[in-house]
Amino acid sequence: MTNSLVSPADSPVLACHECDLLQTAPTHATHGVCCSRCGCQLLPGPGYQPATSLALVLAGLLVFILANVFPVVGLEAGGVRTATTLLGTAWQLTQQQMQPVALLILLTGVLLPGLELLCLLYLLLPLSLGRAPRGFAAVMRLVRILHPWGMVEVFLLGVLVSLVKLAHMAAVHPGIGLWSFFALILLLASSASRFDAGLLWERYHACRTSR
Amino acid sequence: MSHLPLKTAARHGMWSCHGCSLLCRLPAGADQAAWHCPRCGAALHRRKPHSLQYAWAYLIAAIICYIPANLLPIMLTDMLSGTQRDTIMSGVVYLWQGGSWPLALVVFIASVLVPLLKILSMLLLLLTVHWRSRWAPRQRTRLYRLLEVVGPWSMLDIYVVGLLVALVQLQSLATIKAGPGAIAFGAVVVLTMLSAMHFDPRLIWDVFEDDDE
Repeated sequence: MTNSLVSPADSPVLACHECDLLQTAPTHATHGVCCSRCGCQLLPGPGYQPATSLALVLAGLLVFILANVFPVVGLEAGGVRTATTLLGTAWQLTQQQMQPVALLILLTGVLLPGLELLCLLYLLLPLSLGRAPRGFAAVMRLVRILHPWGMVEVFLLGVLVSLVKLAHMAAVHPGIGLWSFFALILLLASSASRFDAGLLWERYHACRTSR
Repeated sequence: MSHLPLKTAARHGMWSCHGCSLLCRLPAGADQAAWHCPRCGAALHRRKPHSLQYAWAYLIAAIICYIPANLLPIMLTDMLSGTQRDTIMSGVVYLWQGGSWPLALVVFIASVLVPLLKILSMLLLLLTVHWRSRWAPRQRTRLYRLLEVVGPWSMLDIYVVGLLVALVQLQSLATIKAGPGAIAFGAVVVLTMLSAMHFDPRLIWDVFEDDDE
């Protein structure tokens, strides 16, 4: 079977991802377009240009490093001081033979969000310079798979809950890591809310044909 | 509300790519062949492949893990006065009695209510698809969308246990260890998320088309 028989659909039609209804796309969509049958969002609102997204991702990476290097919370009781980062949390759980939990925290809190940021950097840096990155399709797919597994915002709520739980028994000190996590969440949310995969694909094709 | 005159993309011979969301037009009468997306090269499917089988498998595994997740302690506190074993529910009760009831409410919603509602909602979605139900498709789709949004939030207790374990290592005063319930609870969160990811909400709507034929 040859693959050339499959062609992209004519541009003004859209299919809903959640109910598969075929509908015509409005010509001038300034806001997001929603499915007329189930209400699912079909087209995102105006997305950021690659250069804008790149700025957010770069800032995100910087804050990500700060958030993982500096302690998130510290504890002081009876002359003993302890402090921890997200990595330290995973390490302590490994020491207690709780590897599955440690791995889950390591993946959802550090590795997968970090990898997603690196993937975005790999896509956005060449695109904003007018070049087409190699393996664009594979990396785009990876970002899509990684995205639901990043749970930095849940971790932040976890920190707040533990602060309250510990405040009864000892003096707790929020660290630089905690403020970095706050900043990281804001940056991740603003870059994700205006992430437009369709726009990136258009840019990619434009960059490839112009070479 | 009438759904009858509307047609799905699949009926028009168009499939959405699962990799990049591109809507692809297939050659006529070629339902059986293995097609690939012209934009990203991913394999094309009419619906997510084996959606119901995967969703059921993960959901049943999640239900099995849900029992030890709630019965076994997730946190063991060694103090001078003895060892305190905390399950998820007793952690909520402890917060409530300590006077921080807004936080107790947050933990209760994230750790008790959300996993339970996730499992029940997935059961509802899967069973109604199996029964070819025509009941409230719009609301069921909305329920599915909600499931995807709230999915990660039940990880809250795992992070709390991890942080307490890492911080409370005060040899003479108190040490906290993670209990076996934490592994089971983590498994519930991951398995329910996987189940929801593999479920294809378009199956809710397919019954309206199939019955028109």
